[in-house]
Amino acid sequence: MLDLLWLIPAAPFASAAVLLLVGRRMPRKVVATLGVVSIAVSAIVSGLVAIAFIGSPPPGNAYDQHLWTWIAVGGFHPGIALYLDPLSLIMTLVVTFVSFLIHLYSTEFMAGDEGYARFFAYMNLFVASMVMLVLGDNLLLLYLGWEGVGLCSYLLIGFWYRDPANGRAGQKAFIVTRVGDTSMAIGLFLLFHMLGTLNIQELMARARADWPVGSGLAIAAAALLLGGAVGKSAQLPLQTWLPDAMAGPTPTSALIHAATMVTAGVYLIARTHVLYEIAPAVQLAVAIIGAATLLLAGFSALVQTDIKRVLAYSTISQIGYMFLALGLGAWSAAIFHFMTHAFFKALLFLAAGIVIEALHQEHNIFHMGGLRRELPVAFWAFLAGGCALAGLPLVTAGSYSKDWIIASASPSPALWAAAIAGVLLTSLYTFRLIFLVFFGTARTPVSKQPGVAEQIPVWVLAVLSIVGGSERPAYRPFMAHLFGATPKPPEALSTIAAAAAFFTGLVCAWYFLRGDAPATNPLARFWYAGWGFDWLYGRIFVRPVEWAARVNHNDVIDSMYDGLATLARFVWRGLALTENGKLRWYAAAIAGGTLIFVALVIFL
Amino acid sequence: MPGNFATASDVIRFLPEIILAVMGTLLMILDPLLHRRSSNAFGHLSILALAGALGGAIYAYLNGGPAFGGMLMVDGFATFFGVLVIVAGILTILPSYRFLARQGAETSEYHALLLFSVAGQCLMVAANDLIMVFIGLEISSISSYILAGYLREDKRANEASLKYFLLGSFATAFFLYGVALIYGSTGTINLAGVNVVLSGPGAPSLVFVGVAAALMFVGLGFKVSAAPFQVWTPDVYQGAPTPISAFLSAGPKAAAFAVFLRIFTTAFAPIGHGWEPLVWASALLSMTIGNFAALQQSNIKRMLAYSSIAHAGYVLVALTARSEVGTAAAMFYLAAYAFMNIGAFAVVSHLSGKGERYQNIEDFSGLAQKQPLAAAMFSIFLLSLIGVPLTGGFFGKFYIFKAALESHLVWLTVLGLLNSAVAAYYYLRILVMMYMREPAEATEAVEPLSPGLRLALIVPAIGTLFLGIFPNWVLDFAGKSSVLLK
Amino acid sequence: MPTSYTELYFPVLVQALIAMGLAGGLLTASYILGKRVRNRVKDMPYESGIVPTGDARQRFSVKFYLVAMLFILFDIEAIFLYPWVVVYRELKMFAFVEMLVFVILILSGFFYMWKKGALDWSGTDLSRRRR
Repeated sequence: MLDLLWLIPAAPFASAAVLLLVGRRMPRKVVATLGVVSIAVSAIVSGLVAIAFIGSPPPGNAYDQHLWTWIAVGGFHPGIALYLDPLSLIMTLVVTFVSFLIHLYSTEFMAGDEGYARFFAYMNLFVASMVMLVLGDNLLLLYLGWEGVGLCSYLLIGFWYRDPANGRAGQKAFIVTRVGDTSMAIGLFLLFHMLGTLNIQELMARARADWPVGSGLAIAAAALLLGGAVGKSAQLPLQTWLPDAMAGPTPTSALIHAATMVTAGVYLIARTHVLYEIAPAVQLAVAIIGAATLLLAGFSALVQTDIKRVLAYSTISQIGYMFLALGLGAWSAAIFHFMTHAFFKALLFLAAGIVIEALHQEHNIFHMGGLRRELPVAFWAFLAGGCALAGLPLVTAGSYSKDWIIASASPSPALWAAAIAGVLLTSLYTFRLIFLVFFGTARTPVSKQPGVAEQIPVWVLAVLSIVGGSERPAYRPFMAHLFGATPKPPEALSTIAAAAAFFTGLVCAWYFLRGDAPATNPLARFWYAGWGFDWLYGRIFVRPVEWAARVNHNDVIDSMYDGLATLARFVWRGLALTENGKLRWYAAAIAGGTLIFVALVIFL
Repeated sequence: MPGNFATASDVIRFLPEIILAVMGTLLMILDPLLHRRSSNAFGHLSILALAGALGGAIYAYLNGGPAFGGMLMVDGFATFFGVLVIVAGILTILPSYRFLARQGAETSEYHALLLFSVAGQCLMVAANDLIMVFIGLEISSISSYILAGYLREDKRANEASLKYFLLGSFATAFFLYGVALIYGSTGTINLAGVNVVLSGPGAPSLVFVGVAAALMFVGLGFKVSAAPFQVWTPDVYQGAPTPISAFLSAGPKAAAFAVFLRIFTTAFAPIGHGWEPLVWASALLSMTIGNFAALQQSNIKRMLAYSSIAHAGYVLVALTARSEVGTAAAMFYLAAYAFMNIGAFAVVSHLSGKGERYQNIEDFSGLAQKQPLAAAMFSIFLLSLIGVPLTGGFFGKFYIFKAALESHLVWLTVLGLLNSAVAAYYYLRILVMMYMREPAEATEAVEPLSPGLRLALIVPAIGTLFLGIFPNWVLDFAGKSSVLLK
Repeated sequence: MPTSYTELYFPVLVQALIAMGLAGGLLTASYILGKRVRNRVKDMPYESGIVPTGDARQRFSVKFYLVAMLFILFDIEAIFLYPWVVVYRELKMFAFVEMLVFVILILSGFFYMWKKGALDWSGTDLSRRRR
C-alpha cells in the first residue's frame, strides 16, 4: 500500500498539466470533475497510506520511496525520492483532505468565472507542489515544492488580473516572501556545503554529530532557515503580505493562505528541528517571534472591517501560536495546532465565502448583520469555526491544541502570559465578527443560498473542527503514532486561565464591540494599518530602491555590457569576411588549416 | 571454402545496414513502377525501413560482438550512435512530406538516398577498422552530396551540392592519406591493433603517426564542421533543402563524431598528448567562430549552420578531456543536439513556404500568435540550444564542462562558458521575434500544421525535455558504453 | 651514417631548395628582363592567323555526359567479372553467391536507369520526368 505514495503528488500534477494545456477547450463539467477527482485520488491514497503506515509501521517508523535519480555528478546525486514519516504523513493527510473539500466547494463558488479551468489548474498545481514540499526527502525537492507553492500563491492572488490592485497584491506577496526565500536558499546552500548531503534525514544526523550545541554554524543555518519560514508563514517582520493576499478568490484564501501553504514555515522548522535543538538561541527567537506575532496580529484583527482581513490577521496570529510552540520545543503541539487550525480556518473562510457571495461581493462587516436567520448554514459554520478558533473549552478541537501550547509555555511566565492574552484577543475579535455579521439588524439583502457542493465541505469541516482533536480514548493511539507523544495532560492553571480568557472575550465582545461603525481613535487606526509596518517598509525599502532606480535610469552597469556587445559585433564583422562564398578560398582555408595542424603535431 | 561465408551472427550484427540497403534499392526500383500515384507511399516505406533498421539495431545489440572477422564491432557504443542516426533519419522524413509536396519534388530518390546515407552512418559507427570507416564515410557522404543538391532547379541547392562535394572529397582525401600513413607505419588498420602497436615497444616515430592523426582529424573535422574546416557549413546548410540541412547537422555529424571517438580513444590513445593540442585548438576555434559569426546572421539557416559549428566545438571540448566521462558527455550531447536541432530545422522548414522563400529571422515575427504550438516547440529547442536547465542542452553542456574541469582544462572551460553566453543572444533574438512582434508576411501565409509535422515537432521536443529531466538514463548507458570502448 | 631524420633527408631538402630556386629565379629573370607588348591582336589566340569567330566554349547536350557516365559505371562494374572468373574454381559456391548479389545490384541499377528514361536518346521521357 505504501508504494502508492508517488500517486499523491502525481495525480494533481498530471491533472494540472492537462488543465493548463487543453483546459480552455474542455467543458466546465469535465474541468471540475478532473480537478476534484485528482485531489480525491490524492486524498484517498493518503488515507490508505496512513492506514497502512499506522497499522504496521515500517522499520524506523519511516518509509523512503526512491523514484529515480535525477542526475549523478560526483557526490551530488539528488534523487526524486519521497520520505514518509509521522510528520509528513499528518501534513499530507491534512493537505490532501482539506484540499479535496475546498476543491469541491470551488466547483460551485467559481462556477460563473471565465477562468474556470485556469483556476483548477493552479489549485491542482498548488496541491502537487505542497505535497512535494512535504514529502520530498531532500533539500532540492523541498525547495522545488517551496517555490512551487509560492508561484501558485502568486498566480492565485492575482487570479482576477484585470484589476491592477490584485496584481499588485500578488507581487507584494511574491516579493516579501522572496526576502525569506533568499535567506532560506542561503541556509540550504550552507547546509549542503558544510554537511555534504542533500538528504534531509542524513543532514540532521550529521548536524547532530558534527556540530556542538550553540555552535556558530548551527546558529547561522537555523537562523537562515527561520528567515524562510518567517516569510512563508507571514510572521514578524515579514507578515505584511498576507492581509493583502486576500485579493485572491476565497477558496484560495482558505486553502493557501489559511490552511496549508502559510504553515509551510511551521513544517520546515519541525522538519529541521534538530538544528534548532543545537541552536537554542534561535529556538528562543522562534518563540519570541511567535508570541509577538500572535499579539500584534490579534490587535490588528480586532479593528479590521473587511471580513477576510479579520480572518487573515487571525491566521497570522494562529501561526504565531504554532511558532511559539516550535520555539518551546513542543514540535508535536505545533503540528497538532496546524491540523486543527487547518480545519477551522478553512471552515471560517468557506463560510465567509458563502456570506460574501450571498451579499453581492460585500466584504465590509459593518454592512452585514442579522444573517443568523437568512444564512443559517453560514451561521452555524461560523459558530463552530469561531468557537474552535477562540478555543471553547472541552468541546472544540481548537481548545485542545491551544491548551497544549499554553501548557508547554508554563515554564516561561512571559510567554505564558502572551499566550493567555492571545486567547483573550482571539475570543474578542472572533465574537466581534460573529456578532456584527450574524446578529443585529440586516443591512444588505441576501441574494443566494449555498448549494450542495458548498454545503458538504462546510459541514464536514464543522464536524472536524469540533471533534478533530479531542482526547477521546480512541484518539490517543492515533496521536501517539502521529506525534510520537500524547497531548500533555492539561494543567489545571493553564486550562482555567484559557477558559476564563475565552469567556471574558465572549462577554466583552457582546457588550463593547457591537457598534454600528468602526472605531476611529488613533490607536485603532494604528492597529487597522497593521501597526504601520507597510508605512515603515515603504519608507525604509521601497522609496530608496525607487530612488536608486531613478538615479540609475541609464543603467551604469548595462553600458559596460554594451561595450562587450560592440566588441562582439566587431568580431562578427571580421568573421563575416570569411564567408565570401568562393570555393577556392574555402579550399585554401582547408588546406591552410591542414598545414597548420600537421605543423602543430610535428613541432609540439 | 565454406568458411568464407558470412556466419549467422555476422548477418545479425549487420542487420540494420542490410535492411536499409535493401529497402533503399527497393525504393528506387519501385519509383518508376508506382509512377506518381501515391507520393506519400515513399515516405511511409522509408519510415518503415528505418523502423525496421531500428529494430534490427536493437536485435543486433542483444546479439552483440565483433562481426566479419573483427571489421565491425557491435557494442553499446555502436548501438547508441546507430539508434541515434536512425532516429535522426526518421525525424528528417517526418517534416519532409509537406516540404517535398510544397516544392513539388516527391520522388523515391530522396528517400532512397536518405536510407543509403543512414546505412553508411550505421556502418561508420560500428566500424572497427579504418577501411570500414572509410567505406561508411563515403557511402554516407556521397548520398548527402546528392541530397544537398536535391532541388536541382534551385541555384542555391546546386551551389551547395557542388561546394559540399568538392570540399568533401578534398577533405576525405586527407583522411585516406592518414589511413595510408597509419598502415605504413604500424602495419595494421584494425583499431585495437593500432593501439597495441603504438603502445608496445618499438612503436613507430611519433611524427608519422602524429601526422596521420592530424590528417584524419582534418577529414573527420570537415564532416563534423569543426574549425578551421568549417567554411563549407553555412553555404551548404543554406542551400540544401531544409530537412536535409537538419539531417546533415544530426546524422553525419553524430556518425563522424562516433568515428572520431572510436579512433582517437581506441587507436590513438597512446599518443593522446600528441593530438590533444589539435583538438583543444579546434574546439576553441569552432566555438568562437561559430558563435560570433552567428551573432548578426539574418538568414536563419545560416545562423543554425554557425550554431552547428559552435556545438561541434562544445563536443570537441569533451574530446579534449580524453576521459571516459568526456566520451559519455560527448555521446549525451550529440543525442540532445540531434533532437533539438532537427526540431529547430523542422520549424524552419514548416515556415519556409514554396521555394523556401522565407528564411529570414524577421519572417518569424508573430509566429506565436498564428501558431502557438509551433512557436512553443521552437522555444523549447532554442532554450535547449542555449542550455537552459530542464532541457537536454543544459545537461549536455553541464556534463561536457564538468568532464573538461575534471581533466584540468580550466581555460577551455572558461572560454567555452563565455562562448555559450554569447550564443544566448542570437537564439533569444528569434524568441523575441516570435513572441513580441506582430505577424508578418511569412507568418500570415504559414500553412496549418500537418500531422507529420506535428509529430516532427512534438517528438524532438519530448526527447529534448526527457533528456533534461531524466538525463541519467541516457547518461548511464553512454557511460557504460564509453568504458567498453577502451 | 646519418642518424636522425634531419640528416637523412638533408640532401633531399637541398635538392628541393635548388630546384625551387632555379625555377623561381628563371621566371623572375624573364619577368624582369623580358619585353612585353599588349594589344588586342597580341591577346588573340593564334596571333597572325585566321580571325576567330564565335565563342570557344561550345555547349553540348547534357545527354552526352550522361551516356559517358553510364558507360564508365557499367564498364567498371563489368570488369569485376574478370577476376571473378579466375578465382571462381577455388571459391566455388561462395563466389557464386557473392557475384549473384553483385549482379542483382547492377541489374536493379540498370532497371532504374532504363525506367527513368536515361537511355532514351530522344529525351522526351527524360524531360517529362524532370522535376
